[in-house]
Amino acid sequence: MKPIISISNLTKTYASGQQALSEINLEIQRGEIFALLGPNGAGKTTLIGIICGLVTQNEGSVSVDGHDIQKEFRAARAMIGLVPQELSTAAFETVLSTLNFSRGLFGKPPNAAYIEKVLRDLSLWDKRNAMIITLSGGMKRRVLIAKALCHEPQILFLDEPTAGVDVELRRDMWQMVRQLRDSGVTIILTTHYIEEAEEMADRIGIINKGRLIVVEEKTKMMDSLGSKQLTLTLREPLSHLPDTFEPDSLALSENGHTLTYTYGTQQQDNGISELLRQLSEQKIEIKDLHSSESSLEDIFVNLVKEKA
Amino acid sequence: MNYYAIRAIYIFEMSRAWRTLMESIAAPILSTSLYFVVFGAAIGARMGEIDGIGYGAFIIPGLVMLSLLSISVSNASFGIYFPKFSGTIYEILTAPASAIEIVLGYVGAAASKSVILGLLILLTARLFVDYEIAHPVWMLAFLLLTAITFSLLGFIIGLWANDFQQLQIIPLMVITPLTFLGGAFYSIEMLPEPWQTISLFNPVVYLISGFRWSFYGISDVNVVISFGMTIFFMLSCLAVIRWIFNSGYRLRS
Ligand SMILES: Nc1ncnc2c1ncn2[C@@H]1O[C@H](COP(=O)(O)OP(=O)(O)OP(=O)(O)O)[C@@H](O)[C@H]1O
Ligand SMILES: [Mg+2]
Repeated sequence: MKPIISISNLTKTYASGQQALSEINLEIQRGEIFALLGPNGAGKTTLIGIICGLVTQNEGSVSVDGHDIQKEFRAARAMIGLVPQELSTAAFETVLSTLNFSRGLFGKPPNAAYIEKVLRDLSLWDKRNAMIITLSGGMKRRVLIAKALCHEPQILFLDEPTAGVDVELRRDMWQMVRQLRDSGVTIILTTHYIEEAEEMADRIGIINKGRLIVVEEKTKMMDSLGSKQLTLTLREPLSHLPDTFEPDSLALSENGHTLTYTYGTQQQDNGISELLRQLSEQKIEIKDLHSSESSLEDIFVNLVKEKA
Repeated sequence: MNYYAIRAIYIFEMSRAWRTLMESIAAPILSTSLYFVVFGAAIGARMGEIDGIGYGAFIIPGLVMLSLLSISVSNASFGIYFPKFSGTIYEILTAPASAIEIVLGYVGAAASKSVILGLLILLTARLFVDYEIAHPVWMLAFLLLTAITFSLLGFIIGLWANDFQQLQIIPLMVITPLTFLGGAFYSIEMLPEPWQTISLFNPVVYLISGFRWSFYGISDVNVVISFGMTIFFMLSCLAVIRWIFNSGYRLRS
């Protein structure tokens, strides 16, 4: 299927001389949840800004459903809803009037029933006549989401949607994002919470210092870049490692009580049976063992450190 | 054309005026009334007629213009500056709306408010001075054109300003002096040379002169020139706005 967004060779250097993006190539598939992960200042907001029309690139191009974002900005932008990173809302408007404003701005005729649905989905219906300034931060964030949704976009950008949001609301938001995806909306979100990307995303892009380092399906990324660890608790402490193993795949704890064995998740022969055989050969007795899988967080930290 | 966008911005801006009714309507009417009391009734009684018009009546068109200019500029500049300041402009910039539609919404609303206010001031003036309007259609045309032109100018100032001080500085340092020297309180012919000639470089002179002509049939400069100049200023402002949106100046980084 044709990608819904194609980005080619996108480069941005701000007037201050700060290079924010360099030669980004990326395709977003229709209907997926794509998570953009990266540390502060990586260029996530800049990338979203260019696609949505807030920032102008120096080089490269973006097309949204085949429409160039500059030459056919109307068609491109009409498809997009943006929830910005900053909580910027009109203060003295009511929730309902600000939603009607947003819908109109995007060229849609009034539709009270649809707006009601959006408000109800975001548990804002009771607050529809409240002035925005009287709402809490979490509610304001939901108002921003409602504003982005009220023109029925096919693509939704969420720039750190769960920053400063409590756990319960975060779960609600994840739920909502999944529902939107099920209804056919393509979602691109940025986040610092790796747990969030792990939980939500179909594909993940890792960006650092303006460069896309990896773009991969989440499960594949965790398979190919992830590793597993087998931790063995020994009955008797060891003074040194058995020398038959490579030192970096096997590590002995300081007190000599635990052995940690690290292996790739995709290797055919992960060497565990060989390890166990050798241990028993050398009469090293095992009291307990458990294995764990590296999280996306470990992968992320490793990647960003490596390519820095 | 994205008519819904124009309508959304227009309604948003008009409802802002409604919320701040005191500042947007009552304050200018009060201050203009003060001018009428001081210049029209108190001082005007001791002034001779100008071109056969009593001084109180003579200053009415100029006073209306004075309010119209300052209200148009402040309304339109604030209308676009504030979203920039609060960050809500992101929505305008990401909307499928062109510069023309955005300008029609913001400037249309600012100009509408100014015209309503201008008419209210004219009604108020009636309480203090008797006057007649010789060419009502032209009067409305000048009122409308001036409101649009200076709302466009205000819009430019609001786009350009990076802080509240910059927002105030042009109205204070440029527009107020130009209006006071634009013949609101006197006829240009009363000035000695070279001030008469210098005055012809002041755009406000043409606005006030043309507007006064529509009331009393007298003018400092030929009404056709006045009208032409007004249109010229309007087109200049439009050109500047077009350039701002096309280049993204102070809007898009
Ligand atoms: N308007 C601007 N003018 C100049 N430099 C900017 C501007 N906006 C962002 N930058 C710089 O560009 C780089 C990328 O910033 P960006 O906001 O895209 O990062 P980010 O990945 O969204 O970070 P965060 O996770 O903190 O939100 C940073 O070095 C930042 O300082
Ligand atoms: Mg950001």
